Amino acid sequence: MLIHDQSRTGRRATAQAPLDFPETTNIPEELRRRARAALPEVSELQVVRHYTRLSQKNFSIDTHFYPLGSCTMKYNPRACNSLAMLPGFLARHPLAPQSHSQGFMACLHDLQEILKQVTGMHAVSLAPSAGAQGEFAGVAMIRAYHQARGDHARTEILVPDAAHGTNPASAVMCGFKAREIPTGANGDVDLDALHAAVGPQTAGIMLTNPSTVGVFDRNIQAIARAVHAAGGLLYYDGANLNAILGKVRPGDMGFDVIHMNLHKTFSTPHGGGGPGAGPVGVSKRLEPFLPVPMVARDGDTYHWLTEQERPDSIGRLNAFGGNMGILLRAYVYARMLGREGMGRVAEFATLNANYLIVRLRAGGFEAAYPERRASHEFIITLKRENREFGVNAMDFAKRLLDYGYHAPTTYFPLLVPECLLIEPTESETKEELDGFVEAMMAIRREAQENPEKVRSAPHSLPVRRLDDVRAARHLDLAWKPTPREDAHERS
Amino acid sequence: MSNLPADLKYTKTHEWVKDNGDGTLTIGITDHAQEALGDIVFVETPETGRTLEADEASAVVESVKAASDIYAPIAGEVVESNANLSDTPETINTSPYEDGWIYRLAPVDMSAYQGLLDAAAYEQTVADEED
Repeated sequence: MLIHDQSRTGRRATAQAPLDFPETTNIPEELRRRARAALPEVSELQVVRHYTRLSQKNFSIDTHFYPLGSCTMKYNPRACNSLAMLPGFLARHPLAPQSHSQGFMACLHDLQEILKQVTGMHAVSLAPSAGAQGEFAGVAMIRAYHQARGDHARTEILVPDAAHGTNPASAVMCGFKAREIPTGANGDVDLDALHAAVGPQTAGIMLTNPSTVGVFDRNIQAIARAVHAAGGLLYYDGANLNAILGKVRPGDMGFDVIHMNLHKTFSTPHGGGGPGAGPVGVSKRLEPFLPVPMVARDGDTYHWLTEQERPDSIGRLNAFGGNMGILLRAYVYARMLGREGMGRVAEFATLNANYLIVRLRAGGFEAAYPERRASHEFIITLKRENREFGVNAMDFAKRLLDYGYHAPTTYFPLLVPECLLIEPTESETKEELDGFVEAMMAIRREAQENPEKVRSAPHSLPVRRLDDVRAARHLDLAWKPTPREDAHERS
Repeated sequence: MSNLPADLKYTKTHEWVKDNGDGTLTIGITDHAQEALGDIVFVETPETGRTLEADEASAVVESVKAASDIYAPIAGEVVESNANLSDTPETINTSPYEDGWIYRLAPVDMSAYQGLLDAAAYEQTVADEED
């Protein structure tokens, strides 16, 4: 029920907080609203109940195990929130002078340094507001690097077929052609195909390691040699950084550019599209091109680095400087963990994933790469269950909701049929992981005995199975193309 | 095994190719491909007059699960695209070999057509993939 449906004329909720700012009186008459805003007329208790109930309908990391592969839905420590919300941070104006922002800038500078050390990169910029924007910045720097050398023949970015869809999209956004490299049957990039594809037209390669199939590419050094020898650069997609945090550094693997998803690896709240933070780190030769603003330290004072100090920068990515509240949360998280704690993140994230895959396999589920050790996540394929019981990966995912678990990622990566990509993160207890395995096995039994029950799940949630086909074919858009835009789109 | 007409040629990337006998080829996706993709919700067809290299991404088929590139089986020029697919993309699900065709191509070199897979060879490719 919408809160508007509870509205009764004349019912009121008197705000208890006094008005602490003067009412604005200088809005010109012609711009003022004439009719009253169509707000719901409800009591304060109705408002409280309505929004409390809505909040209870959330599936979130605060309420449920959330093994959404590739998204790293780990616990968001409360200390990160409370410290990032200190009044001095919250009330800081983005145009406040540097002299009034020294504490804030010190946090950002420290975060730059921490990220440099943990990734082994030469320099870091915190500017990108999300992973995809970090990718865009990273590929834009690759482009700027080749152009600065007058090397205009490099038109292709190599992307393994297991990559996140954002990788080829970022390459195309920056004017490159994305060329796909197949993954071998063992989960590693197909080296022969790579050697055949790499050449003087190669601007770089975008790699996620561990990859989205949940294994660490053992040939990373051979890949780095082949691409570097051809004059291309290596881009590290930090989506799966959680698996190697504090253990292996992309800089040591030979990467030239990396983006990190602080909202994944550094535990800032995410889901539902943001806000995120996608800082980029680079090797020495790409350092001049980093996006601004950055923070520099000069003795005891901090100052902004902008286009003036950094003329070769690819420029600004947003009005001020990224999602500062997210950067502060990640900073607190990193400081709480410390150097050793970061290594423990990777240890427990991979231990949990490997425990889960062993138990699920013992329970009869098929691993997509059975001979490989899992990284922090892994894939099971339900093609057998689909063939034998007519129950597919999406049916399992929907039925898991009834058991109180958020579904794993379904149908990604695309190269594994009927797959679930499962990432438990380091946050979960053994008991929670055992509960998930038992739920999966119970659903498997249901699929055998009463497949319709699984196919029509979920049964216990406020919203049942949605018609995603109809939703995609008959889009309900608030935005409608004007005739002119429509004609342009079609031409 | 799903339906595989014997008079068509096939590709490893799950396109079918029909020789129209007038110097043009018609291209679509196989019954197996539409079944694997699931309900198709959007199709992007190539513009008429566009020239394609062999194996070039020429169209996009989007289902609720995935967006997949459709590759040109051999080099040539697009002579017609199936305009009906923009309003009824589900035609590919219901009639993959007839009404669900995607585009027609005038090949640079028609002899390349003979090098494509026949139904038995394609069936073997699919069987290998599923192992």
